[in-house]
Amino acid sequence: MEDSGRKWDRCVSDSAVKTVLGLGVGALFSVLFFKRRSWPIAFGAGMGLGMAYSNCQHDFKSPYLLHGHMVKVTHTHTQS
Amino acid sequence: MLRVCWKGANAAARNCLCGKVPVHPLQHCRRYTSAGNSGSAAGKIVAASILTVGGGLGGTILYAKWDPKFRANVEKSVPYSDQLFEMALGPPPPPFIPMQKKPVKAEPLQISSVSEASKDSKQPKAKSKAKEKQPEPAPVDPKPAVEEAPALPPQTIEEASAEAAHIISAMSEVQSVPAPGTSNEAVPAESEAQTSTVAAEECHECASHEPAVKERPGEEVAARLAQQDKAEQDALAALSFNLEDTLGFSAKLTLQAIGAQEAALTAIGTHTHRLREAMDSEDPPDKKSAQWRELEDALSERTRAVDQAGQSLLQAKEQLEKLRVVINGAKESKIEAARPQILAAEENLHSMIVDLDKVVTKVQAAQTEAKIVSQYSELVNEAKVQFQKELSSITPEVQANWKGLTGKLSADDLNSLIAHAHRRIDQLNRELAEQRVREQIRIEAALEQQKHEHQRAVDSAVDKAIQHNHEQLRLEQEKKMQEVREVMEAEMRTQLRRQAAAHTDHLRDVLKVQEQELREEAQEALSSKMMEQETQHRRLAQEQLDSFTLDMNSAYARLKGMEEAIDSHVVAEEEARKAHQLWLSVEALNYTLKTAAADAPTEPLEGAVRTIKESCAENEFAQALATALPDESLTRGVYSEASLRARFYGVRRLARRVALIDETRNSLYQYFLSYLQSILLFEKEQEAPPTKLAAQDLDTFKLLAYATYSIERGDLELAAKFVNQLHGESRRVAQDWLKEARLTLETKQVVSLLSAYANAVGLGTTQAP
Repeated sequence: MEDSGRKWDRCVSDSAVKTVLGLGVGALFSVLFFKRRSWPIAFGAGMGLGMAYSNCQHDFKSPYLLHGHMVKVTHTHTQS
Repeated sequence: MLRVCWKGANAAARNCLCGKVPVHPLQHCRRYTSAGNSGSAAGKIVAASILTVGGGLGGTILYAKWDPKFRANVEKSVPYSDQLFEMALGPPPPPFIPMQKKPVKAEPLQISSVSEASKDSKQPKAKSKAKEKQPEPAPVDPKPAVEEAPALPPQTIEEASAEAAHIISAMSEVQSVPAPGTSNEAVPAESEAQTSTVAAEECHECASHEPAVKERPGEEVAARLAQQDKAEQDALAALSFNLEDTLGFSAKLTLQAIGAQEAALTAIGTHTHRLREAMDSEDPPDKKSAQWRELEDALSERTRAVDQAGQSLLQAKEQLEKLRVVINGAKESKIEAARPQILAAEENLHSMIVDLDKVVTKVQAAQTEAKIVSQYSELVNEAKVQFQKELSSITPEVQANWKGLTGKLSADDLNSLIAHAHRRIDQLNRELAEQRVREQIRIEAALEQQKHEHQRAVDSAVDKAIQHNHEQLRLEQEKKMQEVREVMEAEMRTQLRRQAAAHTDHLRDVLKVQEQELREEAQEALSSKMMEQETQHRRLAQEQLDSFTLDMNSAYARLKGMEEAIDSHVVAEEEARKAHQLWLSVEALNYTLKTAAADAPTEPLEGAVRTIKESCAENEFAQALATALPDESLTRGVYSEASLRARFYGVRRLARRVALIDETRNSLYQYFLSYLQSILLFEKEQEAPPTKLAAQDLDTFKLLAYATYSIERGDLELAAKFVNQLHGESRRVAQDWLKEARLTLETKQVVSLLSAYANAVGLGTTQAP
């Protein structure tokens, strides 16, 4: 029951951090490479938000994610 | 920039929305369309199959209606088709049952007689399969043996059984219902008549009860027989009397006739003799006249005798005729006992006839002889007269007695006489010659005549002799038959005597056997009664003994019981102590359970459980229960119900919020949607759970409502059950709570069991005051 709350907390914090970082990196790039256009900032922010969203979703999905394992059957020689 | 970001986010969200939402409807549509396409094809297939099946069924029913054998086959092979057929066509047609007549074990005589009848009558049978199979009856011998009876075809056996049953019912002493075979009215009276006529010799009993079979009781039959006998006797007596009478009379008459004939014979004889004498003798005239007178007497005598003889002969013949008639009548009456008499009478008759005939022939012979003699005498007389006349004509003067005139005659007379004599001699010689010749002729004619007459006489004599012989033979045959009959009678009597002897022997044997059997029975009865008495006596003695031992045993048992009671008392006290201890320890456990504070678990139950285990070391049930407590409760303790209840609401809230999340739909957007749903969905917080959970009740909200209701009512178990039905994220969220609830419930269950057990033990060991 507490997992949910914690998950949400992580989610929000993670998204905030990533958005801001994205913003920052976008701003940096816009300043350095793209002649102070606005689109890299939006791009960076969006990327950050998207990453945060994806992370959050993955975190929430994690109990339901199936990890398939390939089991190699080794042919053992038995007397039968 | 923020607006741009926001627009981008919205666009992204809308894309997600557009991408996500149509999933389900599309799935549904796909399902619908595929269902639609397959639906029409399936419909066609279904229609075609229905048509085929219906057609086959209808055809089967119609054919079964037409052909009952096919119907029977189908009914046999297909289980419930007979009901279907009965519904559609009505009951099946009645099966073809041939007339089963039980072949009656009839007596051999009847079967043989009946087989004759069936051979003769040749009656058709309506519904006889046997007749179809064997068209003509096997040829039956006129006098079949018993072994041949099974060889008869079934129809004749049926017939035989019918006839035999008929006859048996007719013959039995008791008034019985005629056997079922007799109801077959194809047996008319004529066949019965045929039976009786054809098999009269073989079936004596049949013959005695004539065609129109009507039962007569035994006494009537005996009376009738007696009557018949008496009538016979009377008739016999009358007949014999009659016979004797006529016989006597006819004998008398015959004797009379014979006597008369003989008298006539003698008369004729004397007459003839006299006549001859008279002819031949040369006596003086007076003697001659005397002779002639005597001759006349004899002649009259003879005529008289002959007449008398004729009369008596007529009478005798009449009487003999009468006798013959009477004998024939007696023969026709067919009385057995009169046979010898009849035979004797016939013999007598025959002998009398023979005698009469003999005598008659004698008389006839005598008469012919007499005729001859008389003719001769006439001739002689005639010649004499002639000569006399001639002599008188030649010598007219000399009359009658010319012999005394020899001296008186002259020489002329003598010469003329001599000449006359010579002439006469010549004439006579000529006459003689002529006569000789004529004689020859006459003799021949006479011989011829004689031959004819002789022939006739011979024929008549032969006929008479043949008749007499015939009669004689017949009489002899009758006599022989009579003898043979007597012999047979005697033999039959001996055989019957033998049979009677055998019968008596058999009776003796049977009686002996019966005596033996009865003796054995009596012995058995006696021994059984003795045994009964003995067993009874023994039983009484045993009872006495048993009762005494019972008393002794009961006294001993009571003593023992008392000792045991005392022992068990001790044991019970011990038990009570133990139970008390157990109960105390269980109470301690209960108390520890109550130490749960809000939101904190109880103390670990380890200590209490240990004391329990110590207190009931030998009690397996308690030990098992004590070990059944979950480890968590022992180490950590359990939460109280109240804390669980409080926590439940938080769990409920969370579960509602994540109601839409499961394995398939668990993106962040779904989380938002489910949160929205939980806010917008209004429903009762508590809802009474139904007795049976249906599929639609497995909705999260419903389940939570039921669980809330249950937990408010204090039913943690039911609430846990409902919470257990959650799926997906809601379940995960409630998992902790569920685990805790389970623990609590388990512990509580075990503890309650233990306390119940302790209570029970305590109750068991408590002494009632």
